[in-house]
Amino acid sequence: MYAALWRILPGPVWVRVIIVLLLVAAVLFSLVTWVFPWVQTIIDTPEVTIEA
Amino acid sequence: MSDSAASDLGPGEAPEESGDPQGMLTRRAALRRARAKRQRVTFVGVVGELLITAGVLVFLFLGWQLWLNDLIVGEQHREEAAELAETWNSGNVPIHEQPAVPIDYGVPIVSAKVGDAQQFAIMYVPRFGSDYQRTVWEGVSESKVLDTKGIGRYPETQLPGEVGNFAVAAHRTTYGKPFSDIGELRVGDKIIIRTQDAYYTYVFRNMEYVWPSAIDVLNPLPRVPDTMEVTDRILTMTSCNPRFSRAERIIAYSVLESWQPAEAGPPAEIAALVNPEG
Repeated sequence: MYAALWRILPGPVWVRVIIVLLLVAAVLFSLVTWVFPWVQTIIDTPEVTIEA
Repeated sequence: MSDSAASDLGPGEAPEESGDPQGMLTRRAALRRARAKRQRVTFVGVVGELLITAGVLVFLFLGWQLWLNDLIVGEQHREEAAELAETWNSGNVPIHEQPAVPIDYGVPIVSAKVGDAQQFAIMYVPRFGSDYQRTVWEGVSESKVLDTKGIGRYPETQLPGEVGNFAVAAHRTTYGKPFSDIGELRVGDKIIIRTQDAYYTYVFRNMEYVWPSAIDVLNPLPRVPDTMEVTDRILTMTSCNPRFSRAERIIAYSVLESWQPAEAGPPAEIAALVNPEG
């Protein structure tokens, strides 16, 4: 899958490396900005309050 | 050896007589075919790569939740507290040498109650770090205060400086973990609450571990029926126990030792923090 992705990228190796780095950065950014905060809301978090 | 026979050989099974040009050609053809076979996208290959990706994502999430996000959110909360202090001081903090013997300012003043999910105080706990400062908000709603703002006050309890119990809650892990080090408090540790009008110095007295339903820790005199006459001014901090668990609650009790109006400047313990240039 990733090998196929690498093959369909255009240009010489250094161009492909830059594209891959940009893609990885975009994925990490969206994870931290949207995905992880959303996941945190659906998993159990420790409760800290006293309730009857 | 015929051409068709050699083409069926794998990359490791090159023909014996590699010296002749015919053999070289067939070997190259076999290598090329092997590479093409390796590059073909297979179902198992895709599943394997997706599983590895999922594993990496889980580790990334853990790193984000347990380390990176706490750093970012903690720093953000600290900055918010510093900004609030600056607003209240309106840029010029009165610089006062604090007297060796604290001045007795009499009965502590109590600021007016604020609306739900509004900030009304700053908490300084030198035991949690020399630059520890966090804003305190009204209410203990997870979505409105605890998961987003930090420390929240139980609305049914008393206010800073008021006779009775000023009770707050905050996360011990994740969401910036304002009470991460609550278990490190030692008898005599100062916990200073700053409101717009005053500084209240509470002194940590003892720790208790209770079930999540132990609502009486919020009584004006904690753990004592609230029909009792109360004279103490208590600060109660609640958080989860053990860390990362919802099984129990850790409760830290402190008692008001002294207070001073905001005009008198910050207590010596936090003077450098409130007034970095001073």
